[in-house]
Amino acid sequence: MPERNLMPASSPARVNDFTVKIATVNGTGSASANTLLMKSIFRSGIPVMGKNYFPSNIQGLPTWYEIRVTRDGYVARSGHVDIMVAMNAETYARDVREVAPGGYLVYDSTWPRPALLKREDITVLGVPLARLCNENFNGVRTRILMKNICYAGVLAALLDLDVARVRELLAETYAKKPQLVESNMKAIQLGYDYAREHFSCPLPLHAAPMDRTSGHIMIDGNTAAALGCVYAGATVAAWYPITPSTSLMDAFKMFADRMRVDRESGRRNFAFIQAEDELAAVGMVIGAMWNGARAFTATSGPGISLMNEFLGLAYYAEVPAVIFDIQRVGPSTGMPTRTQQADLLLCAYASHGDTRHVCLYPANPEECFYMAVQAFDLAERLQTAVLVLSDLDIGMNDWMCRDLKWDDSYQPDRGKVLGKEEILKLEKLYRYFDKDGDGIGYRSMPGVHPKAAYFTRGSGHSQYGAYTEDSAEYQLVLDRLMKKWDTAKKLVPRAVIDATAGSKVGIVSLGSGDGAIHEAMHVLKEQGVGVDYMRVRAFPFSEDVEKFLAAHELLFVVEQNRDAQLRSLLTLETSVEKSKLRSLLHYSGLPISSAFIVEGVLAELAPPQQELKQGAANG
Amino acid sequence: MTFIAKPKVRHPSLPTNALGLTRRDYEGALSTLCAGCGHDSITAAIVEASWALSLEPQNVVKLSGIGCSSKTTAYFLSGGHGFNSVHGRMPSIAMGANAANRNLTFVGVSGDGDTLSIGLGQFCHAIRRNLNMLYIVENNGVYGLTKGQFSASADIGTKAKKGEVNCQPPIDPVLLAITLGATFVARSFSGDKQQLVPLIQAGLKHTGFGLIDVLSPCVTFNDHEGSTKSYAYTREHYEPAVHADFVPLEREIVADYAPGETLPVVLHDGSRIVLRKLGAAYDPTSRTTAAAQIQERMKHGEYLTGLLYVDTEPQKSAFHVVNNTPDAALNSLPFEVLSPGSKALERVLARYR
Repeated sequence: MPERNLMPASSPARVNDFTVKIATVNGTGSASANTLLMKSIFRSGIPVMGKNYFPSNIQGLPTWYEIRVTRDGYVARSGHVDIMVAMNAETYARDVREVAPGGYLVYDSTWPRPALLKREDITVLGVPLARLCNENFNGVRTRILMKNICYAGVLAALLDLDVARVRELLAETYAKKPQLVESNMKAIQLGYDYAREHFSCPLPLHAAPMDRTSGHIMIDGNTAAALGCVYAGATVAAWYPITPSTSLMDAFKMFADRMRVDRESGRRNFAFIQAEDELAAVGMVIGAMWNGARAFTATSGPGISLMNEFLGLAYYAEVPAVIFDIQRVGPSTGMPTRTQQADLLLCAYASHGDTRHVCLYPANPEECFYMAVQAFDLAERLQTAVLVLSDLDIGMNDWMCRDLKWDDSYQPDRGKVLGKEEILKLEKLYRYFDKDGDGIGYRSMPGVHPKAAYFTRGSGHSQYGAYTEDSAEYQLVLDRLMKKWDTAKKLVPRAVIDATAGSKVGIVSLGSGDGAIHEAMHVLKEQGVGVDYMRVRAFPFSEDVEKFLAAHELLFVVEQNRDAQLRSLLTLETSVEKSKLRSLLHYSGLPISSAFIVEGVLAELAPPQQELKQGAANG
Repeated sequence: MTFIAKPKVRHPSLPTNALGLTRRDYEGALSTLCAGCGHDSITAAIVEASWALSLEPQNVVKLSGIGCSSKTTAYFLSGGHGFNSVHGRMPSIAMGANAANRNLTFVGVSGDGDTLSIGLGQFCHAIRRNLNMLYIVENNGVYGLTKGQFSASADIGTKAKKGEVNCQPPIDPVLLAITLGATFVARSFSGDKQQLVPLIQAGLKHTGFGLIDVLSPCVTFNDHEGSTKSYAYTREHYEPAVHADFVPLEREIVADYAPGETLPVVLHDGSRIVLRKLGAAYDPTSRTTAAAQIQERMKHGEYLTGLLYVDTEPQKSAFHVVNNTPDAALNSLPFEVLSPGSKALERVLARYR
C-alpha cells in the first residue's frame, strides 16, 4: 500500500537527504553492490539507512533494497523513493509508479522499454548496463553479477560518491581474492564513466561528505545480539534454522570460533548444537541452564509456537532460559522475509495454564547487544525464561548505531545458586521456599553435594520441591510465582520516556518503530503538534509505564501488527482506561515509516479533537 | 498421593561399597506405581548397579519425560538431581545438561509411549549425536497412566484389556537404535535382575549413547490373556539366569548360558515371547549382522536379549569429541575466559565501520 508522501520529493539540490531504491532479482549479486553503496556513503560521514526487502527464495524472485541518505540521522524508512534503479523487468511497472514526482529512474536501456517513458514528472536515465557488461566480461554468470556492480558505478557518479572509497571497500571485501577487486572496479568504472559522459553529474540529489558517523557502526541486530551472547558468557547455543533468526546463530558461531577457542588446546569453549526442531532447541537451552551454563536459542514465530510447552515448564519449574524471537510476518508460515511485531501476546503468555514470561523489546541493534546480556542476568536472577523480541527489520538490516561498549568490570548475575560451602551449612535444600521474600528460591547444581539434590518437575509441587496434589500446597507456589513477577517489574529495563513536549497527547510503542516515531515527532512538531513518547522496553511493565499512561489524555499506541497486541497488553496489565488508547497499526510486512505515524496522529487530531491538538501544540 | 520420603534407617550390618555407602544411599522416594509393577524391579536394578559401581550420588543426573516409567527417577538416587521434563522431550533436556557439564553421569528413564510415539524424534536425534547417557526404555506396550491404550511397541495381533486387537506394526527401539548408529544397544527383561544389573552397569560406564530396552509388562493394563507382553505368564515361565558379573564396557557381557538357549514365554493365545540369551555365533560388534539376527528371531516371535550391539570405539562420535569441547565442564569455565573484554570488542567493531 503506497503511503502518502508528506515531504516534497525533489527540491533543487537536496544534499544528503534522499532515498534510492534498487529493484533487482535475488541471487544476482545485488546484495554486494548495495552494501558497497551504503558503506561508501557511511564512510563519507553521512548517516545512512538500508532496508532489504527480499523474497523467501534463493534465486529468481524480485528483491528491493532501499538506501536512505539522511543528514538528520533518521533511522526509519522515508516512505517515498527519489531515485529508483529498476533492474528487474518483472517489476518495472510498479517500480516506475513508486518514484516520487520530480524523482529519477535509472534503468537498463540495452533493450527499449517505451512503456517506461510514460511518466512526465520524473527524469528517466537509461544506461545500457547489459551491453556494457556483455562487451567487457565473459561468462553468463559474471555478466549478470557485473551488471549489478555496474549500476553501483552509475550511482556513484550520479550521487557524487568517492570512487576511491569504493575501491577501498572492495579491497577489504576481497582481501583474499585481489583479482576480484580489479574486475569489480572495472564494472564500477564502466557505469561511472557512462553516467559522467551522458548525464549531468551529480544530480541535484547527491551526497556530500559530512562528519556525522564517527563513533558509529553499521551493524544488524542479529549480529549485535550474537555478540552480546558471547560477551554474556553463553556457552551453549542450540537452535533450529528459521528465517529471520538464523543469522544470529551464524554470527554467534563466527564470533565464538574467533574468540572462544582455547589458544593452546584448540578446544572450543562453547557447544553449538543444531537441534532437530525448535522443541528440542529450547529443551537443550533449559537443560543447559538448569545445569549451570548460560544457554540460548534464536527462533521466529513458528518456533515460539512449538516451544510453548517447554516455556510453561521453564516458568513453573523455574528454570532460566534465553530465547530470541526475531519476529516475522504471521500467522502460520506467513511471509518469512517480512517484518512484524505480532508475537507480543504469544510470548507474554506462552503455554497453557497461568503463565507469564519476561520479555525484552530492543529497538535497534545496539539494544540487541545490551539486552542479550541483560536477558541472561534476568533469566538467572529470576529463574525463568526471558524472551528477547527483536524483529526482521532490526535483525537483518544494517542499522547505523552508536559504538557498542563493554564494561570490563561487568560480572554476570548468576542468581541464587548455592555453592558447596553454603550447602554444607544447610539442613536441607527447600527448592521453592521464599526465604528472602522476593519470590525467588535457591537452587543448586548437580555434582556439588548430595544434600542439595532436588527434583525438578512440571507436575504439581510444594514449596519444598516435592510432588503434590494438595490444593493449598499447589496454590502457595502459584501465588509465590506472582510475587516473583512483582520482583521482575523492578528488575527489567525501564521504559524510555520523552516528555519534553509536555503534551497531553502521547505515543506509546515498542521495538523497531522507534526511529519512525522520532522522525514523526519532528515532523509533527514542525506542524505545531507536540507529542510525548514512551517506548516500552520490557514485560512486565515497570511502574513508570503506569505513570506515563495516567499522565496523558490521549495515547497513540503504535505497533506493527493487526490486532493491537501492545494495546491489549497495556489494558490487561495496567489500569489505563481503554478509551484513551488509539491504535496506529502497521502490518504490511514492511518496516513502519514516519509518514504513516504523522498521518495517523493528524487524522485523529482533526476537528473533533481540536482542543487536544491545541493542548498538544501549546505544550 | 503426595510425596513420601523413605525413612533412612541404616542397619550396621548393611554392606558398603568403595565409598562406604550402602544400597539405601542409592534409593529414592517410595514408589507410587502399582504393586508388583515391573518398573520397580528396574528401579531396584538401577540402585544395585549404581551402588556396585560406587557412583557418587551427586554426580548422577536422572532425567525422564512423562508416564509411569518417567515417574521412577524419583524412586532411586535421591542424592542426585532429577529432572522430570515434558512428554517425549527428555533427550533434549539431557543434551543441554550434558553440554553444560560433560563430567556427570546421565541416566534417562522413559517408556515406550514417551520414547516411540511422542518422543520418537528426540530419541532418534539423541542417538545420532551419540549423547553420552544411559537411556532405559521401560517397555510394556501400553499406556498405563491413561488406562490401557496401545503404544507404538504393541505387537500386531496383541489384545488390549478391553478386547481391541492391534493391527499396526510395532516400532522396535533396539532395531531403530542399531540402524541410527547407537553405540550401545541392549535388551533385557525386568524380571531378570541377573542380566539387567550388569547391563545397566555396562551402560552407565559406556561413553556415548547407551540404550537398554527393558521388557517390563504392565500388571494393571497389559497382564491379561491375549497380550503379547503379559507379565504374569512371563513370571511363570521365566527361568532364573545365572548371574553375569559386570565386565567393563569394552567387552561383551558374557552370560552363563549354553549357546542358543532361549527363555520361552508362551501366552494363552499361543503367541510367544522368547527371550534368547546370546549364543556363540552372535557377534555384538557388527551392526549389520546383529540387526539381521534380531530380525530373524523376531519373525519367530522371539526377542533376543542381552548386549546386542556395542561399538568398540564409541568415543569417536561422542558429542563432545565432535564438538571439540574442553575436558572441563563448560559450566565451570571462569567468566574471564568466556567474555572477550572491551579491547577485543573494539577490534570486532572495526569490521562494521
